[in-house]
Amino acid sequence: MSDIGIKTSAASLNAAKPYNYNKRMEPARVIRWTILFLGGVVMVMPIVFMLSTSFKWPHEIYNLMIIPDDPTIENYTYVLEDGRFYKWFINSLIIATITTISAVIFDSLVGYTLCKFRFRGRMIVFVAILSTLMIPTEMLVIPWYLMARDFGWLNSYWGIMFPGVMTAFGTFLMKQFFESVPDDFLEAARIDGLNEFQIWWTVAMPLVTPAISALAIFVFLGNWTAFIWPLIVTNDPALYTLPVGLTTFSVEQDVEWELIMTGAALATIPTLIVFLVFQRYIIRGVVMTGLKG
Amino acid sequence: MATVEIKGLVKTFGKTEVLHGIDLAVEDGEFVVFVGPSGCGKSTTLRLLAGLDEVTSGEILIGGNVVNNLEPKERNIAMVFQNYAIYPHMSVRKNIGFGLRTSKMSKADKVTRIDEVAGLLGMTDLLDRKPGQLSGGQRQRVAIGRAMVRDPVVFLFDEPLSNLDAQLRTQMRLEIKKLHQDVGTTIVFVTHDQVEAMTLADRIVIMEDGYIQQVGTPSEVYQNPINMFVAQFIGAPSMNMLPGKKSDVGVVLDTGPTIPLNLNTDASNIMVGIRPNDLTPARDDELALFEGTVLIIEPLGPETLVYVELYDCEVLATVPGRIVPKIGDKIRLKAPEEEIHFFNADTGVVIQ
Ligand SMILES: Nc1ncnc2c1ncn2[C@@H]1O[C@H](COP(=O)(O)OP(=O)(O)OP(=O)(O)O)[C@@H](O)[C@H]1O
Ligand SMILES: [Mg+2]
Repeated sequence: MSDIGIKTSAASLNAAKPYNYNKRMEPARVIRWTILFLGGVVMVMPIVFMLSTSFKWPHEIYNLMIIPDDPTIENYTYVLEDGRFYKWFINSLIIATITTISAVIFDSLVGYTLCKFRFRGRMIVFVAILSTLMIPTEMLVIPWYLMARDFGWLNSYWGIMFPGVMTAFGTFLMKQFFESVPDDFLEAARIDGLNEFQIWWTVAMPLVTPAISALAIFVFLGNWTAFIWPLIVTNDPALYTLPVGLTTFSVEQDVEWELIMTGAALATIPTLIVFLVFQRYIIRGVVMTGLKG
Repeated sequence: MATVEIKGLVKTFGKTEVLHGIDLAVEDGEFVVFVGPSGCGKSTTLRLLAGLDEVTSGEILIGGNVVNNLEPKERNIAMVFQNYAIYPHMSVRKNIGFGLRTSKMSKADKVTRIDEVAGLLGMTDLLDRKPGQLSGGQRQRVAIGRAMVRDPVVFLFDEPLSNLDAQLRTQMRLEIKKLHQDVGTTIVFVTHDQVEAMTLADRIVIMEDGYIQQVGTPSEVYQNPINMFVAQFIGAPSMNMLPGKKSDVGVVLDTGPTIPLNLNTDASNIMVGIRPNDLTPARDDELALFEGTVLIIEPLGPETLVYVELYDCEVLATVPGRIVPKIGDKIRLKAPEEEIHFFNADTGVVIQ
């Protein structure tokens, strides 16, 4: 969610540049900006409090001031010295990375096939995939659990990952983007003797890098922040992902918010990195496909 | 190099038949141009030759072998697409070399071959550029280079010049012709521009609605069109068509005059075809074919297009540029007897 908030405010900043004094006080404009401002505040406040709390002493955490009276990095030292944090961090990293790679590959393979090949039952497959988009995770958790139990996947990386190795949304997204790849491009490669798999990989995929980047961001963030399913499928603390693990900072007598917030603040670092890295590809990709072949 | 033979080629998409049994034999090293109006099935024919679509019935032979069941890559052909189909994410070198990806050549040989082709097309300095940094003509050259690099036995071109501006099109047309003279590979070229067809082709194939109307050298199809469609399609501006009736004294045009020729035909409804540039103003002492009123003139420099009203009919004459008639003038036009074409108005077929 936070990335959307950032985007909105960046866009509004740009829009404000060609400043027009005559229109400045127009009521519609005032209302629009007020709503946007409030929206921005709502988006940003939790993040601000997360950061602020992570620098507070335990006795200060229910005090709503943003700048702590007596800031400390004690929480960071504690979290980083606690071996569990690393373990969970690595777990999350492994799971999010593998699901991202897997989803990008399989979603685009299926999307490409649905987009560029005509075969019997194509529409049925497509509609079936789309319809799964309408079922919320909460409803799928029980069948997933039964499945994982019957196959013996409880308490394993695979058990956490398997629902995410392919996504309906990604398949749909990639299918739509492959529509923009001209058939000529694929046919030319076919005449040059490439097989269908090579055509997909060397011709089609490089032309949809913006979609791949967007999908990679979505899938990575989705799996990095996933909570319900990893919580249900694991009960071995060594297998917890970061979001699940962080909540266990609270099981002892008191909820140790300052530690949870510190862990959460640290947990946003990889998401920021992923976003910054792939965002550049989105921009580059847009520039590239903008060239008319 | 190879011959290409098409026998009874039929193609249907779902329930619609778009090619209704096409026969054609292309000789080794020949430059054949398919021409026809939009939707007549030119691209479809080419795609069947390339193996991109499946033949419904009939046979395609390349180099004497039936290729109906061969994959595109097994046919050893190369195709240049209207939109070039060069890859924006690859350099010119990579694009040209793309056709060699699956070849067993050594790396060094591939580089040599790419350089050779680039040299032939005058693109040596551009090899490291991306297609986005090239002009339209240069992109087209990359597409041609990519097709050449594999040394295929047949080149297929689908309207390769239609995205270029008029001047560049003329230039590229020349280059393609030169290329054909240099490498001598069989070429099947599709266009809907009849000037392109006339200038490039050894033989022209004129298509309409999924049928081949006529096959012949440019001068054959121009001089002796076998039906009204070909007569009007080939040559610009288009041939004038004047309806008439056969009688004992010759052909009586609906607009009045009689052409005193005895036709050897049973048809009574005749269509008389005269090319605009065969109509010339008659001197006063000469017998004119007909007399009309000048409606519009379009001076082009070397020649002037004169639209002449003939009762309720409109006729176009191309007269030398120095003659500029006035609008509203009476003008008397004549045409050499041997340049007048007669067609059966009901069937469209030529009357010899
Ligand atoms: N995949 C397809 N499915 C159904 N009909 C098709 C398909 N491809 C072509 N057609 C039809 O076949 C006919 C011939 O098409 P084709 O593309 O060969 O025309 P063309 O002569 O190349 O025309 P143009 O000069 O516009 O390129 C057209 O009526 C077209 O609508
Ligand atoms: Mg076409």
